[in-house]
Amino acid sequence: MTQWQRLLAIAAGLSGLAAAIAALPQVSTLWLVVIAGTFAAISLCRLLVPLPYWIDFCLAILAGAAVLTGLGQPGAPLWLTLIAMWLFAWLFIDRLSTAAASGGLKWPGVGLIVPLAFGLTLLVMWEALVQGLNVNHVLLPPPSAIWAKLVESVPTLWKDFQQTFLKGVLSGFALGTLAGLAVAILVDRSPFLKRGILPIGNFASALPIVGIAPIMVMWFGYDWQSKAAVILCVTFFPMLINTLAGLNSAGRMEGDMMRTYAASYWQNLFKLRLPAAMPFIFNALKINSTLALIAGIVAEFFGSPIVGMGFRISTGVGRLDVDMVWAEVAVAAVAGSASYGIIALIERAVTFWHPSVRGGRA
Amino acid sequence: MSGLRDSRTFAILAVLAVLLVVWYLAAILFNLQPQLDSYKRFDLAVPALPQLIADLWSQPKPIVPAPHQVLAEVWNATIGQDISSKRSLLLQAGITLAGTVLGFLIGTALGLLLAVYIVHNEAANRSLMPWIIASQTIPILAIAPMLVVGFNAIGLTGLLPKALISTYLSFFPVVVGMVKGFRSPDQMQLDLMRTYHASRWTVFWKLRWPASMPFLFTSMKVGVSIALIGALVAELTYTGGGGLGVRLLTGSYNGQTVVMWAVLVIAAMLAAILVVAVGLAERWVLRSMGAQPA
Repeated sequence: MTQWQRLLAIAAGLSGLAAAIAALPQVSTLWLVVIAGTFAAISLCRLLVPLPYWIDFCLAILAGAAVLTGLGQPGAPLWLTLIAMWLFAWLFIDRLSTAAASGGLKWPGVGLIVPLAFGLTLLVMWEALVQGLNVNHVLLPPPSAIWAKLVESVPTLWKDFQQTFLKGVLSGFALGTLAGLAVAILVDRSPFLKRGILPIGNFASALPIVGIAPIMVMWFGYDWQSKAAVILCVTFFPMLINTLAGLNSAGRMEGDMMRTYAASYWQNLFKLRLPAAMPFIFNALKINSTLALIAGIVAEFFGSPIVGMGFRISTGVGRLDVDMVWAEVAVAAVAGSASYGIIALIERAVTFWHPSVRGGRA
Repeated sequence: MSGLRDSRTFAILAVLAVLLVVWYLAAILFNLQPQLDSYKRFDLAVPALPQLIADLWSQPKPIVPAPHQVLAEVWNATIGQDISSKRSLLLQAGITLAGTVLGFLIGTALGLLLAVYIVHNEAANRSLMPWIIASQTIPILAIAPMLVVGFNAIGLTGLLPKALISTYLSFFPVVVGMVKGFRSPDQMQLDLMRTYHASRWTVFWKLRWPASMPFLFTSMKVGVSIALIGALVAELTYTGGGGLGVRLLTGSYNGQTVVMWAVLVIAAMLAAILVVAVGLAERWVLRSMGAQPA
């Protein structure tokens, strides 16, 4: 252990000890705090005998459980346990990362545990701080309330998801991406057009294109078609400029080799230049996957049928139904992360030859 | 002639000219049916073609306004208005600009701090980085209204709620770009610093920081344009403070298409100004650092 980790360990053990002592008068209700604090105090023996980082993991979980069960009685014991949990989680993450960085850990999933542990810690802290400090519910509801609302309104959320994501976002994303790809391939044939369109495309992708949403609603009506149109415009330019850059990324040598094979334009395109452009194209797809979701939701603020994630959010804000808003946000976040993840997985399969993938880290 | 054909400016102008022609044609095509309907309603005969086109290009609430209508509105709403008037788009653009710049500055500072931490701490690299990436899949613009309401509830009003949404969007490219930038010095240079027995602090200021400057400005260009989007969308939901987004929304409620297009044109100009400003700062910084002009 480094000096820093030793310091963390001592602080964590001491705050656990303090929590256990402070909780002693209320031991009948805060018994889990006492147990967690005692174990934390015992872990101070690591100054003599080294302890594996899994112990830190278990202690953090124990302390987290103690915090969550004791939320009814905020006070010194609870805050001390929370601090202990945070320090143990930090210690665990720090030690595991150091071990992983030195290459000692080979089992799969080690890359996932660290961010997951960090996320869990944040969730527990969020819950404890919001509940314990009586934070205004409108400002930030606790995760448990959001979860309860999420479970309770699955049918509504599913309908909104269908309307916004499956109809609007997916169709707009597909259209915008394909249009960008097709126009890029066409433009690429003419050096003159390429010189003219590349700077304009670069500029256009810096513009706040979401702003055309009201115009599109006016043109295509309130239903998902107008949202798809906004998403088309938003996703078109990143795809266009990335594909144009990608098509020119194949090396001179490869191009010359294709010439010696007397490859036609199309053979050259499909066998060399498009595969070489794939890293750029996937970069655009990743950017677009989040842009499309945002644009789809924002476009609904300007008018929508009485279903849809953006509609639910704007009405939820209106009547201060904060839990519903956050539930929609949670759905959107999961949908956004999932589409990003799926695209990243496909990218790994398609661009298996690229150094960034062969190196093992995307 | 080949010199002209090869010049970039000519190519851009040619493409823009084509776009302009397409726009005018679209203004004819889309406005035709409503115009014909209105002739019918007032029992007027459909006039000859030149008059018809002139009518199509000067409707008060067209589906597609012609470019000169939009430009006229931009002119009227900026130069033609008293700057303190609420109708002045210059005033509204100023409000949006203030939110954008404040959010962008906070976001850049936050992004820099996070990048420094991530580069120097393996645990932060492994735990923070995935969540920073995941944070951008949360459609923050969607909860902008929520945040604005929430900040209002704790007494935070005015510029800051809007700016914080810009911050949330603009810190991301800075973190990602600067982590790359701080890691851009190669092993040889790092080894050289080691032979000097340089501390981490010295390595940072003398090697990593200068080496990361091109990355900083590239990410700042991305950051400033999405900060503008953040401010605009925040205004859609926080109509009390004014700004371009508010004009867009009221224009959309009242069917004032020309106003909406004018707002979009001004937002585009704002984006251009901001990106160019960052570009100028980049040129100045890189030159004063002794970089060779590319």
